Amino acid sequence: MRREVPLVITFVTGIVIIIGLFVPHKPFGEIQQTFLKWYVIIAGFTLLLGIDSLVITHWGKIKRRQPGFGYSVVLIASLAFTLILGIYSIIKYGSAFDVRAPFMYLYMHVILPLSATMFSLLAFFIASAAYRAFRARNVDAALLLVAGILVMLGRVPLGSMLYSKMPQIADWIMDVPQMAAKRGLLIGIALGQIAMSLRVILGIERTYLR
Amino acid sequence: MRGLERRIIYLLIALSVIIPFLFKIKTKVEISPPVMSAYNTIESLKEGTPVLISIDYDPASMPELQPMLLAILRHCVKKKLKIILMAHWPLGVPLGQEAIEKIAKEYGLKYGEDYVNLGYRPGGAGVIISMGREIRDIFDCDFKGTPVDSLPLMRNVHNYDDIGVVIGLEAGSVGDWWAQNLGPRFGAKLILGSTAVVTPDLYPYLASGQCQGLIGGLRGAAEYENLVGHPSVATIGMIPQSAAHALIIIFIIIGNIIYILQRRRK
Repeated sequence: MRREVPLVITFVTGIVIIIGLFVPHKPFGEIQQTFLKWYVIIAGFTLLLGIDSLVITHWGKIKRRQPGFGYSVVLIASLAFTLILGIYSIIKYGSAFDVRAPFMYLYMHVILPLSATMFSLLAFFIASAAYRAFRARNVDAALLLVAGILVMLGRVPLGSMLYSKMPQIADWIMDVPQMAAKRGLLIGIALGQIAMSLRVILGIERTYLR
Repeated sequence: MRGLERRIIYLLIALSVIIPFLFKIKTKVEISPPVMSAYNTIESLKEGTPVLISIDYDPASMPELQPMLLAILRHCVKKKLKIILMAHWPLGVPLGQEAIEKIAKEYGLKYGEDYVNLGYRPGGAGVIISMGREIRDIFDCDFKGTPVDSLPLMRNVHNYDDIGVVIGLEAGSVGDWWAQNLGPRFGAKLILGSTAVVTPDLYPYLASGQCQGLIGGLRGAAEYENLVGHPSVATIGMIPQSAAHALIIIFIIIGNIIYILQRRRK
């Protein structure tokens, strides 16, 4: 029974959603819309689950005094501080995202520069990796390398300064060979998704029940 | 030796970006067809048409996508379009709010009449599909908890039929969900703006007509700024980006010369 009930729920939900796509009228359209609303609510709860998992993992590290537990202390303290500031902002300004709210101050002056810094580090790693690993070891790698360089040049004004047709060359690479490969990938992924969805709906794929 | 090489590379990259930024040079940017198409789609809308802008990125992608958002907002305001903001990424809500507040101050826009911010809802593709039937089923209130029906702009906006164009600014896979559902399912128009990393993934949707325009990376943002007649941060960023690209290409060439020499020696 513990296995059959989830399988029935999955089957019914999946079939209704599929019928709703082709027949968006009563009653399928309404049922599909209700299911989608439930899905949004459930997705909201997964955020809570994420916070729960984060706190439990780091609280455990602090309790066991694992190496680097100081970072976990900083994480839990930051989480609590952000939460308190968010609640205060909601009470005082109606939303944590009001531009006058202290939560927004924290967001604009701490979260934003920290995130941007983390991401901008990529530029350094890419440059270093390009120097060490981007080698023309064979014809395929050489083709990729030349295409990469042409696109990099075509995407910045320097490219058109060097050769006026460089942006068009970059556009052609993106529009033709790149897109052909991407289309192949997309079609493959879509077929895989359809096959997997059918397996789940029909109860053949049951690994999610474990 | 390797550690030293790495430090030199890091230093050169930092200098190649910082030095051009100090001079704030605004260079001419050629307009690419996908960006022109995005611009023309917005340009073809009638005054007062609502547009939905989805902020699907966070501060990590802000340097590329925020200038794009500001340029698009300026275009919408100049065309006197009504702006509806929403987000599939929770950290996108404040970025959208910050940008729209800036534009609202500049052009004297009124919240609820000229623009609204619906905020964030989890659910991704589920949210997109559900909004095609009735936006209120997902967003019954705005980001501050104000009921949607009390906002004059939203009174006649129920689903994508009432929206001129949906503009998705993407740093992840939400662009795929918009493209796969919006046009084929609801017949709505879509423009996608994305980080340079995500842009190649979205090209097939442009060719298939599932999106009407594509603005890719900082370069796309710079193109849009120029189209709107307000060259700003993205346009200034073109010279540092050129310098960084040139430097990376030089590194690749040097790396390959060393590799070929080492192979010959062996």
